[in-house]
Parts: sequence; C-alpha cells; structure tokens
Amino acid sequence: MPDGAPAHGAFPAAGRRSVSRYHAGRPASGSPLLEARSVSIEFGGIRALSDVSVRVEVGEAVGIVGPNGAGKTTLFNCLCGQYCPARGSVWFDGKPIDGLPSYRRARLGIARTFQRVEVFPEMTVLDHLLVAERARRGDGRLWKDLLNMSRVRRDELDRIEAVLGLVGLADMAATPVGALSLGHCRLVELGRALCLEPRLLMADEPSSGLDTGETAALADLFRRVQQEKGMAILLVEHDLDMVARVVDRAMVLDFGELVAEGRLDEVMADPLVRRAYLGRAG
Amino acid sequence: MSSLLDYAIPGVPYGCEFALLAVGLVLTFRATGVFNLAFGAQAFVSAFVFDLLDEYAHWPQWAAFAVAVLVLAPGLGLALDHFLCRPIRTASTTAKVVSSLGLLIAIPQSIPIIFGGRTRHRIGYLWLNPNIVYFHIGSTPVNGADISTTVVTLGVVLGLMAMFRWTSAGLTMRAVVESRRLASLEGVNAGRVAAGAWALSSLLAGLAGVMLLPQSNSIDPTNPLEFTTLLVAGITAAAMAGMSSLPVALVGGIGLGVLENLLVKFLPPGGVLAQGLLPSLPFIVLVGVLLANPRLRHLDQSSDPLASVDPPPPPRAIAIRDKRLELPMKWGFRLLVIAFVVSCLTWVPGNWVFPLGQGLVFSVIFLSITLITGMSGQLSLCQASFAGIGAFTAGQLALHMGLPVLLGAVVGAVLAAVVGVVLALLVIRVSGLLLTLVTLAFALFADNVLFQFSWTGGGVAGLVVPRPAMGSVNFNNDRAFVMLALVVLALCMGVVVLIQRGTVGRYLAAMRGSPTAAASLGINLSWSKVTVFALSAGMAGLGGALYGSIEGPISSTDFNYVLSLVWVVVVITTGAQTVEGAVQAGMAFAVFAQVLTYLPQRVAGIEFIMFAVGALTYAAHPEGIVEYQRSIWMARVGRWLEAWDERRSRMARSGMPPGSAATGAVAGGVGGAPGSAVPGALPASAPGSAPAGGAYHA
Repeated sequence: MPDGAPAHGAFPAAGRRSVSRYHAGRPASGSPLLEARSVSIEFGGIRALSDVSVRVEVGEAVGIVGPNGAGKTTLFNCLCGQYCPARGSVWFDGKPIDGLPSYRRARLGIARTFQRVEVFPEMTVLDHLLVAERARRGDGRLWKDLLNMSRVRRDELDRIEAVLGLVGLADMAATPVGALSLGHCRLVELGRALCLEPRLLMADEPSSGLDTGETAALADLFRRVQQEKGMAILLVEHDLDMVARVVDRAMVLDFGELVAEGRLDEVMADPLVRRAYLGRAG
Repeated sequence: MSSLLDYAIPGVPYGCEFALLAVGLVLTFRATGVFNLAFGAQAFVSAFVFDLLDEYAHWPQWAAFAVAVLVLAPGLGLALDHFLCRPIRTASTTAKVVSSLGLLIAIPQSIPIIFGGRTRHRIGYLWLNPNIVYFHIGSTPVNGADISTTVVTLGVVLGLMAMFRWTSAGLTMRAVVESRRLASLEGVNAGRVAAGAWALSSLLAGLAGVMLLPQSNSIDPTNPLEFTTLLVAGITAAAMAGMSSLPVALVGGIGLGVLENLLVKFLPPGGVLAQGLLPSLPFIVLVGVLLANPRLRHLDQSSDPLASVDPPPPPRAIAIRDKRLELPMKWGFRLLVIAFVVSCLTWVPGNWVFPLGQGLVFSVIFLSITLITGMSGQLSLCQASFAGIGAFTAGQLALHMGLPVLLGAVVGAVLAAVVGVVLALLVIRVSGLLLTLVTLAFALFADNVLFQFSWTGGGVAGLVVPRPAMGSVNFNNDRAFVMLALVVLALCMGVVVLIQRGTVGRYLAAMRGSPTAAASLGINLSWSKVTVFALSAGMAGLGGALYGSIEGPISSTDFNYVLSLVWVVVVITTGAQTVEGAVQAGMAFAVFAQVLTYLPQRVAGIEFIMFAVGALTYAAHPEGIVEYQRSIWMARVGRWLEAWDERRSRMARSGMPPGSAATGAVAGGVGGAPGSAVPGALPASAPGSAPAGGAYHA
C-alpha cells in the first residue's frame, strides 16, 4: 500500500483527510505496521490532539517525546482504542482498526503499558503473566475450566519464567502485585505486555519510578526485544537518555501537535522543539 | 381535556414526594460520591419518630416536627458522615453502595428494637389537614396534604437552587463537588462541607418521610419497605437528572407522579396491564433512563483532576499458608463434613435439621453471589429474583407437567440464566453503579409484577414445590433432603472453585483489578461479564428451586427484593471472594434465624443488623471480615510455626545461623503504595528485596 494513499475504498474519513506534511515527501515503502493519520480528539472544547500522524514500520523503535500535557498518553489511548478519535484514522498492518475495541486491537498484536500503573492488585506476578499468556493463545473456554483442564502447564511456566527473567522479576513470581513498588509494577506491566508477544509494544513512561541503573537495564531490554523478537516499539518517555538508547526515530508532540520528527539528536536541536521544552525565549 | 387534568393534578403532589427524594439523592451523590440507598431508611426514621411523638406522646405537631425532622434527621446525617463516610471517602463507588446497602437494612431493623413494634391508629400530618379539601382545580379536590407537599417541595428545591447559586456556602459546596482535593488546597474544609451536605440531604429525607405520612394511606410508619419502594421513583427522577441537576430532578419526579396517575385513567381498571404496568412503571422508566442517558455512563469515573493523588485502596490481606498447615486443614475439613453428615443423620433434633438444610440451600444461592460479586466485582441486587425464577419454574413444571422436581430445578436454573444473559446484555456497556441499579430495578419488577401472576408465582396463594423423589429414597424426610442439598452444594462448590482456579476466574480477577488493563491484554470483558452473569443467575435459580423444595409452599414474598439486598450483605460480610465464605454465610444465615426463634420477637431484626453492620466494613476489607480474620490467624499460626522452627534449628546447631529462606508466612500487601522506593536493581534483584513477612501489624 503506498504511503498516505490507501487503495482501500473503506477508508472512513477520506474526504476530510489531509496528507501530513511530515509524510508528504517520504518515499513509498512497504505497508507500515502502525499508521495513524491526522488523528484529532477534543475534550470539552480543548484540542488534545490535532492532526497527529504517526508511522511505525515493522520492527522499528519510535520515541514520542514532549512536555507534560502534550498529548502523548492521549495519543496512546487513541491508538489502543481506549479513546475514539474525533477525526482521522488508525491503521494496523495495512488495515483500518478504527472502531475496534481495545481487546480486539490487543489480539491483532498491539500491547501496551500504562502511565498510571494498571495492575491487578490481588494477583501474583506470575498470574499477571499467565493471564497474558492465556489471552494471547485465545484461551478462556468455560468448559475447559469446568473439566479442570486449566491448570498451569509446564510449557506455559517455561515461557513465563523466560519473560520474568527478561524483565528481572524472576524471584518475585509468587509475590502479590499489591506488595510491589511502583517501579516493579511497571516491570510487571512490561512483562505482561511481552507475554502477549506483540508485533508492536507501546510503553508509556516505563522508566518513571526506576533509578538510573534500572533505567539503563530497561533500555537494553527494549533493544533486545526489538532485535531478537523483531517487535516494533513505540515509546513515550521523559528520560531523553533512555529514548536515545532505544529509538531509531523520535517525534515531538507539543500542545497536541506534532512539531518535529526525525533522529532524536536532530529533532532535539530543532528550534521549534527547543521552544516547546524551554519556553518562547529559548 | 378537563378529565385528563383531573387525573394529572393529583399526580403533582405525589410526584413532589419523588422529587424530594431525588433531590436528596442527587445532593448526597454530588457532594460525597455515595449513592445513598439508605435514603429511604432515613426518611423512615423521621416518619416513625414523628408519628411516635405525635400519636403516642401527644406532642404538638410543630414540636414533633422539630425533633423528628429538624434535629434527628440532620443528626443522623452527621453521624453517618462521621462514622461511615469519612473512612470510605476514597473507596470505589461499589464499596460506597455496599455501605449504604448495609445502612438500608440496619436502620429500619433497629427501629423496632429501640422503640418496640406498634400499630398506627391515626394519621399524623404536618401543617394542613389532609382531611380538609381547601379548594378545587377544575373538579379536582385539593386537600391539605396536597398543598403542603407541593409548597414544601417547591420551596425546598428553589431554596437549594438559590443557595447553590448565590451563597458562599453553595459556592464552596460546588467547588467540593468538582474536586474535593482541589477545594481543600484552596483552603476549603472539604470534610465540613461534605458533612453539611449529609446533614442537608438527611434533612430532606426526613422532610420527605414526614410529608409522605398522610399522602398515601398505604404508607405505614411501621413498615420501612414502603419507603424503599418509593425510593425507586426517587432514583428514577435522580437518574433523569443525570445525578446532577436539581431542577431536572424536580421536573422528573413530578412528571413521574403525573404519568402514574394518567396511566390509572387510561388503563382498564383491574386488568392485567393495570395490575402489571402500574407498579412496574418506575422500574421500566428507570431502566430506560439508565440506558438512554449517556451522562450516567461515567458515573463511576471520577472527574476530579486530582483523583490520582489519593492513596490506593487498602490491598487485600493475602496469607500464603505455611505448607505444614495444608494437611491438617484438609483433614480438618474432611472430618467436619463427615461429622456434619453423621450428626444430621443421627442426633440432631428434627427442628434443627430443617434449618441446617436451609443453610445448605442458602449456601448454593450465596455461591451465585460469590460468582458475580466476589469474582467479577459486580454488585447484583436481584439474586433473589433469579432464585424465584428457578423455584417457580420447578414448581409450575411439577404442578402442570408432572416433571420431576430436580429436572424442573435444572430447567429453572437454565431459565434464570437466560434472564441473566438478557439483563447482562442490557447493561453490557455500563458497569458498576448502573449495573447495580438496573439489577435493583429488575428485582423490584420481578417482586411487584413478574411473580404476581398465577402462572408464575401462583399469585397471592403461592405455589407448592414438591420434594424430589428418587426411586425408593423419599426426600420428604428432612434428613434425606439435607443429604441431597449437600450433594448439590458440593457440586456447585466444585464448579465455582474450578472457575476460580481456571482461566475464566483469572480473567475475571483481572477485570476486577483493572478493566482497562484486562482489555489491553485482549480479554473480551463483555463476554466475561455475560458468562459470569449467566452462571451466577443459573446457580441462584438452582438454589432457589431447592429452596422452594425444602420450604414446600412458596410465594412471591419468599423472593422479595429485600432478600436480594440482605443476601448480598450477608455474603459480603462473611467473605464474597471464597467458596467457604458463601457456605459460612449460608449456614450462619439459617442457623441465626433458628436461634432467634428462641428470643423475643422484638429483637428479630438483630440478625439483619449484625450482617448489615458487617457490610459497612466492605470498603476496608473487600474480602469480608470473616475471611480477613481467618487470614490473620493463618498468618499468625504460620509465624508461630516459623518461630518454633527457628528455635529448634538454633538448638540443634547452636552457633549456626538460622535456616536460610523463610517458608513464607505472610506477604501482606502493605508496602504497595506507589512512589515508594524501589528495592533491588532491575537486572537481578537481590533475594532480600522481596517483601518480607509480618506486614499485618504494620
């Protein structure tokens, strides 16, 4: 599918869509994994996002940076189906996914973590990952439960333990998540998302609550899953060092608008971006 | 046209009562976030005391009014705020509803204990005599009660609106409604404002209660249930107002009253429609409003921009049992079951076998609450209606088609499950509070309409559900029936445990913990919800059929909507999240009732009060107080064992350090507050960073 000009007639907002200036000059490539086109959303008259376009290629790591309140998490929620954008559309793997509820998007291969930690406080770390593992396989038949066929199997356990080792929670498997610190809860979320074996991993400020050493380890982890498993990564992050370690490309959001896109060092040098971060005088 | 008015005008004062209730509900909800189901109970207290002082103590009306409405009602509101509301201010909407549910049951039950039961001889009234017709509108006579109700309601609502708009007290209250936390930062004493809102809404409740006394002669100050039924109309009007607008609540309430009176005119009197539609009108309107009003969708979600600064809800006490405790517990349980069976078959006196059987049957019904409330976190207030569907189906099938009652019970369970699915599909997009209200509406509908037909609940006379017979075994004998109930209960327990341990149970636990995160993993929440609703309704239906069978003659009063409320409260008190909790609840419920037969009639309500007070702790301990205590004791025993181990190993190898890893006594979730320091580094956290035991006394 050529960039910006879908062949599908089913494109919902074809009439009103304008090709984003960031995409206008790009050469046509293979179908991107995730593409948001001119997404806009308002909350009570406040434009949280206006005409934001995002592309993530297969296996690519993209960072979204921007000051607080720029709309980063809102963008995540639009991509994952928690919010329904007022205009624009979201495509995944060459198909529009607008209107799909978030659980259907997750089944397509989009996994995410949350800025405000969303864990299941009564469950253990292991159970978190088990839920994800079973959800990935589309398990959950009632009759299987009733025939006692839902016991934890060895192969499941092996896979979960591998993921736990990856995120560094191996010795906390049996701990109820309610007893973990915020940083560890973020790692549980990350492990849970990795268990889904997504094609796109969306992480919303994964490093907040972690110290510098842990953050560095986390950056390595992202790099590893990207290289070894070919996961594409969409990372919202305040810690620019971490972004620099992980991403291939960065986008800067400010007041709900995309102000720059490109290599991280380039975009951070952009006067528009400096102004967004440092104020008008900068 | 004038005849239309003749019917519409009497609806106005009637609707004003609804409006008064609705305004009070909206006020409390906006200011404190509590959907106060106990509002009807508060109205009842004032009405009761007013009537008591007026009729028995022969006080002048103004004095009785002053005490009952101006002093007692706000006092009750302040007490509720202080003892109930403050501790649960940051709890979830469901927890708050459970607390108000406890009050709804506890308050009216405690009144006869305090004042003694009594009958009413004379209608007390306030201000204008209801027996005097002051003037006519068209040909409609307008009596004193009509005038006083309408004038007082309009006065109160307009006064409140003026207060909110123009006074500084109203301004601060609006600020607190927007964001309690932000208002606090601005120097507003949010706690005092909330207390004021409670006092004010309680005053409205008292006023409504007293105004109701002469309004309808069906209102009996010794019968709190009628006040609760009226509350539904209040809830409907409040829902119309989106739980926020006072004028809409007023108009909605009056409109409902008028509509009801108009229907009386247009429906043929004595017909099925008039009998069926009239009492169910508020519920039909309520369901319609709940589903149609989009503003109600997000009632549960706080709009407070500072909502995230609140500390997280207290985590559940989780005890990892010492491995050595498992074997004795297992054998203890087996011995208990054997002892129970042997006792029931031999020495237990006949008048005690029956309640034990009832307890087992209740346990089956209560397991349905474990499924819906404990496992999925939804609060359903219509389990008694599902039980009724099961019981009446089994009874009717046995009566008309000669179907064996056990088969009929299965059919009843399936039918209840189907109704459950329909109800779940109706509320699939909503959750929390709205689901609770829709189930409450359905319970009232089933109670007042569905079970009143001769082909369902057998009308007033009721229906007889026979005892099952299996070959030569005659279950007419209570002892034999107890065995049957035990088998059914064991099967149901097995089902619940398997689901709980299986994938579906884990999905539900995930949904309970965080619906957003569960959906982000690809779990279809709607499907899980429908499944659990169907299972729960089916199990309630099965239990209901058994209940009918053990009782024999049953009627719609056996599946009264109040029972749904009481049952939920009972299970929540003992523990809604475990199978044992449901069985404990069932046995305790039946056994207490039997014990109470030895006590004077006056204290009969004490059982309900006990459980209702237990429900007030739900916000703090969602696992139930019995479960909570049990986990504390398990942890304690675990610690003792550990200490004993340590001492022994020290003595064995004196000088050597004690055993390396703790056997895992407790992993209390106390240190889970976000923002606390992260122990241990990411790549390989030291073993010491795992939370240590003994967190309970923290």
